[in-house]
Amino acid sequence: MINLSVRAMSAMLESKQISVQELCGVYSDRTQAFNADTNALITIHAELNAAELLQAQALLKQGGHPLAGIPLVHKDLFCTHGVKTTCGSNMLAEFVPPYNATVVQKLSDQGMVSIGKANMDEFAMGSSNEHSAFGLVSNPWDLSRVPGGSSGGSAAAVAARMVPIATGTDTGGSIRQPAAFCGITGIKPSYGRVSRYGMVAFASSLDQGGVMAPSADDCGLVLSAMSGHDPLDSTSAQQPQFDWQKPKTPDSKGLKVGVVSAWIEDLQDEGIKQRTLEAIAQLQANGAELVEIDLPHADLAISAYYVLAPAECSSNLSRFDGVRFGHQTEHVTDLESLYRQSRSEGFGQEVQKRIMIGAWALSSGYYDAYYLKAQKVRRLISDDFKQAFSQVDVIACPVSPEVAFKHGDKSEGVSMYQADKFTIPASLAGLPCLSMPIGFTQGLPVGLQLIGNYFAEQSILSLADQYQQQTNFHLQFPEAFA
Amino acid sequence: MSINRKELEEIAALAQLNIPETQVSHITESLNQVMAMIEHINDANTLEVTPMAHPNDAWQLVRQDEVTDSSHKNELLALAAHADEDHYLVPKVIE
Repeated sequence: MINLSVRAMSAMLESKQISVQELCGVYSDRTQAFNADTNALITIHAELNAAELLQAQALLKQGGHPLAGIPLVHKDLFCTHGVKTTCGSNMLAEFVPPYNATVVQKLSDQGMVSIGKANMDEFAMGSSNEHSAFGLVSNPWDLSRVPGGSSGGSAAAVAARMVPIATGTDTGGSIRQPAAFCGITGIKPSYGRVSRYGMVAFASSLDQGGVMAPSADDCGLVLSAMSGHDPLDSTSAQQPQFDWQKPKTPDSKGLKVGVVSAWIEDLQDEGIKQRTLEAIAQLQANGAELVEIDLPHADLAISAYYVLAPAECSSNLSRFDGVRFGHQTEHVTDLESLYRQSRSEGFGQEVQKRIMIGAWALSSGYYDAYYLKAQKVRRLISDDFKQAFSQVDVIACPVSPEVAFKHGDKSEGVSMYQADKFTIPASLAGLPCLSMPIGFTQGLPVGLQLIGNYFAEQSILSLADQYQQQTNFHLQFPEAFA
Repeated sequence: MSINRKELEEIAALAQLNIPETQVSHITESLNQVMAMIEHINDANTLEVTPMAHPNDAWQLVRQDEVTDSSHKNELLALAAHADEDHYLVPKVIE
């Protein structure tokens, strides 16, 4: 039961081999049993939402709703009506939104049943899920290691099969890197594909909601339901609703896959290098044509990102003033001390650091030299991708230069930032991209990143699904959680 | 680019944050490491390059200026630490 695809679970529900309550009960029991090990969830619903159960049952009766009755968890930055939404922060520790995020509403409308809220790096800032006010998350493959971040709780929950589906968000790699570290599939769609309404903002020109699940097919089904233009989000794209079509065969003939050989050759971890080469060879064996491409400005991406994302973060997080919602200090003497002390108590160190970098980059004297300069570098990186996609349909490259590291190994310096060098370029361009599991090294999962052209989610999900028709890495999960 | 203590205090004021005395040197060093990393963007030749503020600058949407939602005053005020029926309450600003 716990390793079935969404389609298989849906078939069982439709044929009444299992009820919605029984299926959700299986996963609720697993969240109760395994959360002490992983700390993947901040909130576990003691009782399932009666309205969601009724909706699932009604849709199953109608038929044709493949997500009806399927349990999921939302990353704890999607606003959930009447359910605490902490963003992994003391600032929002007691925040109970009076409305649902569009993503939450759309998946609920399709009959999905929420069983909890996933842990995360505070305000989605981090690559290890060690920056959460609700404790660090452990990787189910090795509990002494990080699950990646910032959607680390979502990734760990799916990897331990505490839940079959989790939502996540990705600003610079926050779906793809934890998916790779935890051996699952995760897709960040094109910027604008999924509404950001009700998704607590970190960097508004980069943030995008997505899906984490064992397989590309599971991701495709859920992405279809959560995508689409939303009048409540002026940055959501006026595109037709995504409609995932699962390929009937593993034949990828006619597809051109771009490869940046230098990125692979430069990998220091021999195990990751070998798995990456093997996976690309499998894509070729499935019929894809490999084409060498160049992304000459990609090495500037991290530097540009750490100007732009903190700048947007400092602007977005200025809304947390301790007055209207969120944490308010008890040590108030005047209005300014209310602001400063509430923010200093409510935000963790990493968040404060990024707010300060952003405030500096946007300040008089530095705006042109850093913020505007970084926006120009962003254009160069985006143009590199435009050039590449004039030659190829999909780009295949590593997700991370390393496997999941030990807790505390990267708590100082900028090495954690620099490890996002393969995920940030596509984020800056706003392109759809995913991570899929391609094997193991040192007993830990390795992922491959597939990047597509704007709104070409079908092409990257198809290539991943065709790979998964020929391999079984996406079906493997840690024995300790069997 | 690197900052000193005085500049850190200025940045903290812009960010509306307090820096505890015990954290000043650690935070200064930490920000300087990030700033050193950021310097790399100056290696790029960006002459005549148009800044890219957003991936979707081609489709910014507008709508009619019409009220589309009803008031949620009570629900929103209930989220505040201190509020009365109509206002958020803050420390006295004007003597």
